[in-house]
Amino acid sequence: MADALKQTALHDWHAANGGRLVDFAGWKMPIQYTTITAEHLAARKAAALFDVSHMGRFRFEGPGAGAFLDTLLTRRVTDMKAGQIRYSLVCNEQGNILDDVLVYRVDDPAGLDYFALVVNASNRSKIAAWIQQHHDPAYDYTMADQTEATAMIAVQGPLALDIAQSVVVADLLAMPYYHGQITEIGERQGLASRTGYTGEDGCELVVPSEYAVELWEHLLREGESEGVLPAGLGARDTLRLEAAMPLYGHELSEEINPYQAGLKFAVNLKDRKFVGRDALAQIRTAGNQPQRVGIELVGRRAPREGYVVYLGDEEVGYVTSGVFSPTLEKAIGMAYVAEFASQLGTELSVDIRGQRALARVVAMPFYQRPAN
Amino acid sequence: MKPEDLLYRESHEWAAIEEEGGSKIATIGISAFAVEQLTDITYLALPQIGKQVAAGEEIGELESVKAIASIYSPVTGEVIAVNETLPEKLELLNDDAYNDGWVAKIRVTDDSSLSGLLDYAAYTKQCQEG
Repeated sequence: MADALKQTALHDWHAANGGRLVDFAGWKMPIQYTTITAEHLAARKAAALFDVSHMGRFRFEGPGAGAFLDTLLTRRVTDMKAGQIRYSLVCNEQGNILDDVLVYRVDDPAGLDYFALVVNASNRSKIAAWIQQHHDPAYDYTMADQTEATAMIAVQGPLALDIAQSVVVADLLAMPYYHGQITEIGERQGLASRTGYTGEDGCELVVPSEYAVELWEHLLREGESEGVLPAGLGARDTLRLEAAMPLYGHELSEEINPYQAGLKFAVNLKDRKFVGRDALAQIRTAGNQPQRVGIELVGRRAPREGYVVYLGDEEVGYVTSGVFSPTLEKAIGMAYVAEFASQLGTELSVDIRGQRALARVVAMPFYQRPAN
Repeated sequence: MKPEDLLYRESHEWAAIEEEGGSKIATIGISAFAVEQLTDITYLALPQIGKQVAAGEEIGELESVKAIASIYSPVTGEVIAVNETLPEKLELLNDDAYNDGWVAKIRVTDDSSLSGLLDYAAYTKQCQEG
């Protein structure tokens, strides 16, 4: 690789604490510290800390910021209230997915309202370029890339809020899910939000980069005796897969539209124009498209990305992600299959390196956290 | 068995060679180093008893949470026994890769197939060099 890998503010901590570092989307990131299973189960039973600083963070300021974002995102942002966070998509003219993003409408105590967009690390430059390409002087806004000036730590699991509350001034329990606010985090100002990517309750904290290690170590100390662990990208992937959350580059791509991906809720065609809108209006009613499904297999062998899915002897699709689920102790996966093979309960098979394994279409998510 | 007394294939299988009734029997398994690298082993497919195998031939399969690995035979011979309990008790690989975590016994039919194996020092060096 010609470009040097980027490092998060926590890189040296990861390296000094057993993090097995890998190249991920141009960043040097820990895949695991102990084992993926141990870190995965820590998030399900206690809490886990994730360094997610590699995700792209863009800030949009100015009176036209919201109206501009309305021209690019599949859900409106101008009707959001301050403090609200929304999952949305960026689509191309064909209605296929360029990225999935979180939009934050932030109420800054300094009096400035702004929007923030959190994008996938692998899509950061693509989306920045897309935004630039669609810049329209009719909208008065400025955009700043804050990815490297800040760090982002996800605290996820049943104990996550208790642990984070020890350092966050805002009342996290009173903060509704998918909401966030600027607050004191330690002695700094940061953004705390009730979001995450594991299927657990929890929060994500954005703080100035230079405070990342101190915050991380504080959170870890606070949770240590309860079994809280730092967790790498490996556990992040197995957790999100159990929660059936799509991942860009696997379930989502420029070959896939939101309706196939089961993300109809993230598209609002009403009352406004945005890139891809017309195509999406047509695709929405088009039948006979491959659909994202959850599959559960017989046996311990996991389906892996790219494996072919059959209905009888007919090839009907392919696997996009799969794993032997650490929580459920079953082989599970997500796949795109022909619509006629996508109904719940359909008996399929997956070609696992030359052998057919029986698989069944099951409801997603595979794992749902127990109600409080 | 002590790791120092074993022979190793570059692909991380170990072999313990014992004389039995005039022929050599190789007990084979996966090195502790490989087990640690894979972590979270979730599935193991054993070789078939009675199968004639050549050194370097794929005889089994391992899956971890994130990766898939093949098990290659360190020697040429006939598979005469397999560790039936291992697929159900994969923790044996973590706990005792060189004893209870054995995978198969192979009656060596070609002694020259042993010559390509590494001793403990050479194998350890390979692992350290990554």
